[in-house]
Amino acid sequence: MPETIVPVKVYAKVLGALLVLTAATCAISFIDMGKLNAVAAVVIAFIKASLVAAIFMHLRYSRSLMRIVLAAGLFWLGILIALTMGDYLTRGWQ
Amino acid sequence: MAETLAADQHASAAAHAHQFNDVEQQRDATTMGMWVFLATEVMFFGGLFASYVVYRVMYPAAFAVASQALDIKLGTLNTGVLLLSSFTMAVAVFGSQTGRRRPLIGGLALTILLGLAFLAIKFYEYYQKYVEHHVPGPSFSFPAPYTQPAKMYFTLYFAMTGLHAAHMIVGCGLLTALIMMAWRGRFTPEYHSPVELSGLYWHFVDIIWIFLYPLLYLIGRHLE
Repeated sequence: MPETIVPVKVYAKVLGALLVLTAATCAISFIDMGKLNAVAAVVIAFIKASLVAAIFMHLRYSRSLMRIVLAAGLFWLGILIALTMGDYLTRGWQ
Repeated sequence: MAETLAADQHASAAAHAHQFNDVEQQRDATTMGMWVFLATEVMFFGGLFASYVVYRVMYPAAFAVASQALDIKLGTLNTGVLLLSSFTMAVAVFGSQTGRRRPLIGGLALTILLGLAFLAIKFYEYYQKYVEHHVPGPSFSFPAPYTQPAKMYFTLYFAMTGLHAAHMIVGCGLLTALIMMAWRGRFTPEYHSPVELSGLYWHFVDIIWIFLYPLLYLIGRHLE
C-alpha cells in the first residue's frame, strides 16, 4: 500500500482538536452530573485516542490489517475487564 | 524486460532487505510488527487498567476523594505538553517521508524536549506526593475513613504513571538514537521505518496518558 504523506496542516488541526477536547473534559469534570461524569470522561478519552490513532498513527491511511491487530488487542482487553468484573460484581448475591 | 527488472532490483536494493519483494511490502510488514507489539502493550497496561476498574468500583467515594489530592493544574498542563509532543513527532515523521532534514531533526529534538518537560513535571508531582505522605508505605497518611482504600488509589496512581513514565524514558532514548541516525543522513523517503515506528510508539504512550489523565485526575472534581 503506497505511503500517504499527511500535510502538517492536518496534524496541526488534530492537535487543536485534542487540546480543545482536553479543556472540555477538564471543565466537564467540575460539573456534577452523577454517574454521567465517568461516562463523559471515558467517551472524550476514546474520541481523543481515536484521533491520535487515525491521523497521527496513520491508521486511517494504513491497510485494514493494522486496524484488525489493534481491534484484537482491544478485544482481549475487553475480555480481561469483562470477565474480571463479571466476578467482582456478582459476589454480593450469596 | 529482464534487464529492467534487474536494474529495478539493483536501484531499490539498498531500500529493502532481500526477503521482501519491494519497499511497500517491507513497510507493511514492519508496520504490522509494530502494531502487534503495541497490541501486547495494550495488554501490559491492561492489567493495571483492569485493577483500577475493580478498585474504583469497590471504593468509589475513596477514589473520588483521593483523586482530589492530585494537582489538576499540573496534570492538565502535562496532558497539553504530551499532546504537543505527539504533534512534533508527527512533524518529524513528515520530515522523514519527504526527505526534509529540518522538520525531521527539529521535530525529533522538540519531541525529546517536550518528553523531558513532561517527565520533569511528573517527578515534581511525585515529590509533592512524597512531601504530603501520599506515597504508599510506612509513612503513608490519609484522613479517615478513606485511609486504606486511598492507599490502593495511590498504589495504582504510582504503578500506572510510573509504567507510563518508564515508557517515556525509553521513548526519549529511541528518539535520541534517531537524531544521531538522521544526522548521518540514514533516512530517505524510501527508507525511514525507524522514524515511522518510533512515532507509533510515542503516539501509543500518548494515548495511554489520554486515558490516565481523566481516570486519575478528574474523577472527584465535581465534589470539591
